[in-house]
Amino acid sequence: MPKDTSLQKILLIGSGPIVIGQGCEFDYSGVQACKALKEEGYTVVLVNSNPATIMTDPEFAHRTYIEPITPEVVEKIIEREKPDALLPTLGGQTALNCAMKLFESGVLEKHGVKMIGANAAAIHKGEDRQAFKDAMIKIGLDMPRSGTAHTKHEARNVAQEIGAFPLIIRPAFTLGGSGGGIAYNKEEFEEIITRGLDLSPVSEVLIEESLLGWKEFEMEVMRDRADNCVIICSIENVDPMGVHTGDSITVAPIQTLTDREFQVMRDASFAIIREIGVETGGSNIQFAVHPETGRMIVIEMNPRVSRSSALASKATGFPIAKIAAKLAVGYTLDEVRNDITRETPASFEPTIDYVVVKCPRFTFEKFPQADPVLTTQMKSVGEAMAIGRTFKEALQKALRSLEIKRFGLIGDGKDVVVDDDTLRTKLTVPNAERIFFLGLAFQRGWTVEEIFEMTKIDRWFLENIREIVIELERIASSSPLLDEFGRWDWNYESGVLEEFENDRKKYGLRSAGIELRRWKKLGFSDAQIAALAYPMPANAPKGAFNGLTEVRAIRKKLGVIPTYRLVDTCAAEFEAYTPYYYSTYGDENERRDSGKKKIIILGGGPNRIGQGIEFDYCCVHAAFALREEGFETIMVNSNPETVSTDYDTSDKLYFEPLTLEDVLNICEQESENLFGVIVQFGGQTPLNLAAGLQAAGVPIIGTSPKSIEIAEDRKLFGAMLDKLGIRQTAGGTAVTEDEAVTAANAVSYPVLVRPSFVLGGRGMQLVHNETDLRRYVREAVEASPGATPGTAANPILVDHFLEDAVEVDVDCISDGEIVVIGAIMEHIEEAGIHSGDSSCVIPSFSLKPQVKEEIAKATKAMARELNVRGLMNVQFAVKDDVVYVLEVNPRASRTAPFVSKAIGVQLPKLAAKIMAGKTLKELGFTEEIHPTHFSVKEAVFPFIRFPGIDIVLGPEMKSTGEVMGIGENLGLAFAKAQMAAQPALPTNGNIFISVADRQKTKIAELAQGFVDLGFTLFATSGTGAALKAAGIPVQKLFKLNEGRPNALDMIKNGELAMIINTPSGKVAREDEVKIRSTATANRIPIITTLRAANASLAGIRALKEHGLSVKSLQEYHGV
Amino acid sequence: MRAILALEDGRFFLGESFGATVSAVGEVCFNTSMSGYQEVLTDPSYRGQIVAMTAPQIGNYGVNALDDESAAMHVRGFVIEELSPVASNWRSRGTLEDYLKTWGVPGIQGIDTRALTKHLRSSGAMRGCLTTEDISPEQAVARAQAAPPMEGSDFVKEVTPAEAYDWDPDGRQSRAWTIVKGDGTQTEMTEDGEVFAKLPPVKHRIVAYDFGMKRNILRRLRQEGFQVRVVPATTSAADVLALKPDGVFLSNGPGDPAALTYVHENIRGLMGRTPIFGICLGHQMLGYAVGGKTFKLKFGHRGGNQPVKDLATGKVTITSQNHGFAVDADSLPADVEVSHINLNDHTVEGLRHKSLPIFSVQYHPEAAPGPNDASYFFPQFAEMIEAAK
Repeated sequence: MPKDTSLQKILLIGSGPIVIGQGCEFDYSGVQACKALKEEGYTVVLVNSNPATIMTDPEFAHRTYIEPITPEVVEKIIEREKPDALLPTLGGQTALNCAMKLFESGVLEKHGVKMIGANAAAIHKGEDRQAFKDAMIKIGLDMPRSGTAHTKHEARNVAQEIGAFPLIIRPAFTLGGSGGGIAYNKEEFEEIITRGLDLSPVSEVLIEESLLGWKEFEMEVMRDRADNCVIICSIENVDPMGVHTGDSITVAPIQTLTDREFQVMRDASFAIIREIGVETGGSNIQFAVHPETGRMIVIEMNPRVSRSSALASKATGFPIAKIAAKLAVGYTLDEVRNDITRETPASFEPTIDYVVVKCPRFTFEKFPQADPVLTTQMKSVGEAMAIGRTFKEALQKALRSLEIKRFGLIGDGKDVVVDDDTLRTKLTVPNAERIFFLGLAFQRGWTVEEIFEMTKIDRWFLENIREIVIELERIASSSPLLDEFGRWDWNYESGVLEEFENDRKKYGLRSAGIELRRWKKLGFSDAQIAALAYPMPANAPKGAFNGLTEVRAIRKKLGVIPTYRLVDTCAAEFEAYTPYYYSTYGDENERRDSGKKKIIILGGGPNRIGQGIEFDYCCVHAAFALREEGFETIMVNSNPETVSTDYDTSDKLYFEPLTLEDVLNICEQESENLFGVIVQFGGQTPLNLAAGLQAAGVPIIGTSPKSIEIAEDRKLFGAMLDKLGIRQTAGGTAVTEDEAVTAANAVSYPVLVRPSFVLGGRGMQLVHNETDLRRYVREAVEASPGATPGTAANPILVDHFLEDAVEVDVDCISDGEIVVIGAIMEHIEEAGIHSGDSSCVIPSFSLKPQVKEEIAKATKAMARELNVRGLMNVQFAVKDDVVYVLEVNPRASRTAPFVSKAIGVQLPKLAAKIMAGKTLKELGFTEEIHPTHFSVKEAVFPFIRFPGIDIVLGPEMKSTGEVMGIGENLGLAFAKAQMAAQPALPTNGNIFISVADRQKTKIAELAQGFVDLGFTLFATSGTGAALKAAGIPVQKLFKLNEGRPNALDMIKNGELAMIINTPSGKVAREDEVKIRSTATANRIPIITTLRAANASLAGIRALKEHGLSVKSLQEYHGV
Repeated sequence: MRAILALEDGRFFLGESFGATVSAVGEVCFNTSMSGYQEVLTDPSYRGQIVAMTAPQIGNYGVNALDDESAAMHVRGFVIEELSPVASNWRSRGTLEDYLKTWGVPGIQGIDTRALTKHLRSSGAMRGCLTTEDISPEQAVARAQAAPPMEGSDFVKEVTPAEAYDWDPDGRQSRAWTIVKGDGTQTEMTEDGEVFAKLPPVKHRIVAYDFGMKRNILRRLRQEGFQVRVVPATTSAADVLALKPDGVFLSNGPGDPAALTYVHENIRGLMGRTPIFGICLGHQMLGYAVGGKTFKLKFGHRGGNQPVKDLATGKVTITSQNHGFAVDADSLPADVEVSHINLNDHTVEGLRHKSLPIFSVQYHPEAAPGPNDASYFFPQFAEMIEAAK
C-alpha cells in the first residue's frame, strides 16, 4: 500500500523530561520518526518540553514547540497548526496519555485530527487492565487470576477471591509501574493499595495472583496496515517475575524456550496485537512462563514504541521507530527497505548470531533513604547494553559498561566481602548488585541448584555465570606465566589445548595466546585479568603498578586482539552495508576502512543522575557537524536508549563499553587516518579516559587534557586564577581526614566538600562542622573514581560556602583565538543547590550590568588561559555584587542543549567544528546573542519513586531530567517550565507557607502578592505571626505535633494548591520532611526556596494576566 | 577432543568435538534459526548435510521426546559456536551432546561459525568433512573433496519408507501440542506434563508420498481432518490411484530434485486425476512434473525468518525454510503460475496450476522449527479437495 496522501501535516508528541521509566529512548524514537516523516514529504509539528533532546532541534521538524505536554497546551498547538493527524505512539506513556485526553475531551474530533498508529480504542484496550484482560480471555490466552478495584473495599474483596499472598498490585495508567508493589501481608497490601489508588490518574488498581519466580519474556512485534506481523526481537529476563523488566538484566534473543514454546508465544503476540487493534507500528508484549509447567501468561502490552523497542532496535539493527512511522502513514513492511542489507525488505524477522545483554543502572547512592529492594516498580535510571558472541561475554561487557567502577562480574579487585547469611539475603531479595553476589556465591562453591532455589533465575543463566566464575582460579594461577613473555606454563587439565597449540603452530597461527583468548571470549577485561594475576594490597598508593598496561602489552604481543563484527539483522546471510560493530574474540575482523580522515567521538555510557541525555545531545551534534566537515565520524557508546547509538547518526558505530581497554582497542583499529578523539562531549565518562588515552599516544582533539586537569586540580586552578586576578571562594584540597579538617578551618565553615573528577555532584556535601566533615571524608571518598583496581582515590576539594548567593552558569565557546559567550544563566535557587537541580534563566534577570560584564570578562580570560578549543562551562556565585568563580569545566556541559535552544545556535556543533580546525570567524559566530524572550530550564526529580524521602535539594544532584519553558516574560516562561515539569503552578486556592526563621522578615511582599492574586494563605504559628505582623491575612494551621487539622490533613484532602516550605536549618525537622514528601506523593507543587517562591508568584501573575500562549522555536529564532 | 571441519576449497576450522567421535562428509550449509535445533537434526531433508547453526549458543533447552521430526537423526554433522553447559527446560529429557552420541553423529564446537557462514555465503554451499580422527586438516580437506556432490544425489531412497503404512491410526501422535492453561481447559495431558488439543474427526483420506517427510506435516494433516496413507517414493501413480484417495500430498525431502526422475513421472500420472499439494521437495517434484526445472541456489534458504509474498493477496508471511534448490520460474509452462515469491531474492516459493487442483509451496507450512504463519495451507488443501469432490 502506498503512503497516505490525504495527510499533509502530522503532529508528533514527545515524551517530555527524562524520568525513571521514560528515558532518552523516546528521543531516539522521536528523531527516527521525524526523519522518516520528513523524508516522506509530510510537514511535521513536534511538541516536547525537553530541550536536551535532539528531536527538538529545529531542523528535525517543521514546527518545534518546546512547550508543556499537557492537553491544554497541545490543544493550543492544534488550534494553531491544524494538523491532519496525530502520531501518539512514539512519545512513550506521556504522549499516549496526552493523546487519549485530547481524544476523550473531543479536541481531536473538533479539529478533525486523526490518530494514526494506534487509535483511541486500541490504546484503551491495551492500557485498561480490565479491557485488556477481557480481550486476552476472548482470544483464549491465559491471564493471572486477578481483579481491578477502585476503592480499598473493592480491593479487599479481590484479594479475598484470589485467596493467597503474595499479591501484585499495579495502578492503571502510571509510568513504569509507578506506585505498584508486591504485598506479602495485609498491612503491606493496605499501604500499596492506598498509594496505587492515589497515583493512578483513574484511581484504578489491578490486584493479581503472584507470578513471582516465573520466567519473564518480552516480544517486540510490528504490524502494518495489510495485517502483516513480524517479531523484531525476543527478550528473556534473567531476573524472574517480581522485578520490573526495566530493572532486570535482560537478554536477547530468548535462550531457554524450545521452538514449540517460542512459536506459541509468537502466535500469541500476533493474536494480541490484532485483538488490541494496534493498526500499524510496534508493540511490546510481556509474558510469564512457569518454569516447571510451561504455563504461559500474558502480563501486559504497550501499544506503542517502548524502552524495550529501543533496546530491540539496537540489539538487532532493525529501526523500529523509523519503520513504525512509515507504517503509520500507510506503507506496508514489504514496501520498506532494510537499510542494513539494502536488498531485502523490512518484512522479515531479524535473526541474530550473537547475544545481547542489557543491565540496568541504578543510583541508590543518591537516595540513601530509599528502599533499594527491586520490585515491580521501576527504580533504575538508565541502562547499558553489550553485545558478545555468548551470554558470558556480553554479560561481562555490559557490567563493565555500567560506570559503577566494576570491570566485570567478579575478580576485578572490587568484590565485596560478605558473610554467608548476608550473601543468602542478597540472593533471595532482588537488589541492584545481585548479579555480583551470584558470582560470589559460585566462588564459594554454592551449587546451581542451591542458587536457583534462592533466586529462581533460570539454571541456564546460572550455569553460564558459574562458567565465568570457575575460570577465576585459572587466571589467578597465571601470574607467574604472565610475568615474562614466552614463559607460558600451560598446566592443562585435558590435552585439547596442546593439540590446538600444535596445530596452530603447524599452520603458522600464534599459539601462546590461547589461554588469554579463552578468557577474553568469556568476557574478562584486562582489568580483571590484571587484578587476578597481580593482586594488589588494598592500600596500594595512587599510581601504583596495577598490571593493566602489562596485560594489555602481553595480550597484544600474543596477537589476542578483538575482532569486530557487524550487527546485520540476518546472521551474515546477506551482506551488510551499515558499519555497526561490536567486538568479540573471533577469527575474522569485519571492520572496513573508508580511507577518509576519521574522528572518534566517545559517548557518555548509561544514563544516570548527573550524566544524561544532554551529553548524548552533544555527541550527536559532533557527529553531524564533523560529517559536514568531511570526516568519517565514529561513535563509541554503550547506551541503547540514545540517538548516538542509532546506526545512521555517525558513519561508524561501535557498541562497546567505554573503558580504557575497549576504547583503546577501537583507537588502535582505527589508527589509520585518525585525526583525533573527542572526549569533551560525553560527560565525565570519556574525560576519565583522557589521560589514559593520551598516555597511549591517542590524539585528543579540542581542549587538551592538561587544561582539563588544571581546571580540576585545585592548586593549579588557584594559581591560574591568581594570575588572572579572578576571585574564588577560599578553598583547599585534602587527601586525608586531618588535611580536610585543616583545610576547612583555614577557609571557615560552612564548607562544600566533594571529590574531584566527578559529575553531578556525586559525593558533594555542605558541611557545617568538624564532626560532619570527618564522617564525610571517611564515607564519601568511595565516590572518587579509582578507575583501576588498586589506584587510590583522587583528592577531596574543600571550599568555603557562600550562603544566600546567586548562582550563575556560563557556557562559552572558544577557538583558541576568540571566546564567545553562549549565555549567562541566572539560577533561581541560590548557590549551594547543584546546578543540575536548579532552575535557571536566560537572560539573567537580577544581575547588574557591571556584574554581567565582570562575569563575561572572567569567563573569557579563563577560556583563553586554558586554551579552550570547544565549549567551556563556568559556575559563578554572586554575593552582594561580588563575583566568585565556583568551578570551571572545559568541556560540554549539561546546559549546552538548553543554551542552544534558547539562543538558536547549536553550540556543540560549532565546538566540534572548532576541534576539527575551524575558527569561530569561519563559522560566523563571533557575537553573544541576547534573546528578547525568556527561557527557563527546570529540573525534574524522581522523588515520587522513592516514597518518604526528603525532597530538599542540596549540592548533590538528584534530578533525572529537565524541561524548558519559553515566554515573552520571565513569569510566563517560569510558569510553563513548572507546567512542563509538573505539578503546574496553581492559579487559585490555598497556599501553605512555612519558612525558616531567618527568612520570616523577608516574605511580606511575596505573601501579599499571593493574596493579591486571590490565594488564601495558611501558616503555622511562627510564619503566621510574621505575616500577621506585616498585616497580611493568614489562616492558622496546627503544626504536626500540635494537633489537627494540620498541613498533612489539608494535603491529603486536596485542600492545598501549593506549599512554600523552606528548610528550617542544617538538619531538616522530621515533620518538614513529612510535609514535603507527602506533598510530592500527592503531586502538589512545593517550593523550597524563597527565590523560587518569588518566581512562582511572577509565573502565576503572568498566567492570570496574559494566559498561556504557544510559539514554535522556528518562530522565536526566525528560521 | 579436537575436531576439524574442513571444506573442499581448502578452508578449515579447528574446534572441539562433541557428540560422536567419528568422521562425516557432506554438503556444509548454515541455518539461521535461533531455536529448533532438535527439529533440524531430525529433519530428513538434511540427509547428507553437515549443518552449522548461526545462533551461537546451542543445546540450551536440551532435547525431548516430542520435538523429533522423524525417527532418526539425519544431519551428517553438527557445527556450533558453543554447546550449552546445561539443558534447562521443563520439557528436556536429555542433553544435545548425548543425543548426538546416541545417533552417532559428530559435532564440532568452539569454531567461529560466523566466519564459516560468511565463507559459505560468498563461496556457496560446498562439501566438507567433519572429523575427530587424528588426521591433518589437509587430509580432511582431501576427504571433503572426495565426497559425492549434492547435485545429482538421490538421498530420498535413504529416507523413504520401505512399505506403505497408515499414519497414526489411533490418533495419539497427531494431537496439536499446546501449553497448559490456568483454568484447566485442556483435558489431554501426558504423564510428562505435555498438553495437547483434541483432534477433529477424519474428513478426508489422502495418500502422502514420503520423500523424507517431517512428522509435523503428518500431524498437521491429521489435525485438519486428513487420514493419511503414507507411501514410498517409488510408488507408481496407478498404485496410488488404486487407493482412490481424496487427494495426494507430496512431502519434503533431501537431495537434488533433478535426480528423482522416477518421481517426476509418477506425479505427472496423478495430475488431473486427484488434487495435489506439495511442500518443499514435493513442490520441486511438481515443478518437474509440469515440465519445469530447478536450479541450485548459491547457499540455499535455511531458517525461520524468510519473507514470502502471496502474489494474489499481497500478504507477506514469515516462513520456515530449508531448501538448496529452487524452481526456475522461466521454465514453467503457461498453465502454471508462480503464486508466491521470496522477498529476499525473488525466487519461486509457490506454484498453482491454473486449471487443475494443484498447488505447492517451497517452504514449510508445518513449521517445526519456525513460524506457524503459513499453516493455512493445510485447511486450504482440505478446501481444494472438497471443491474437487
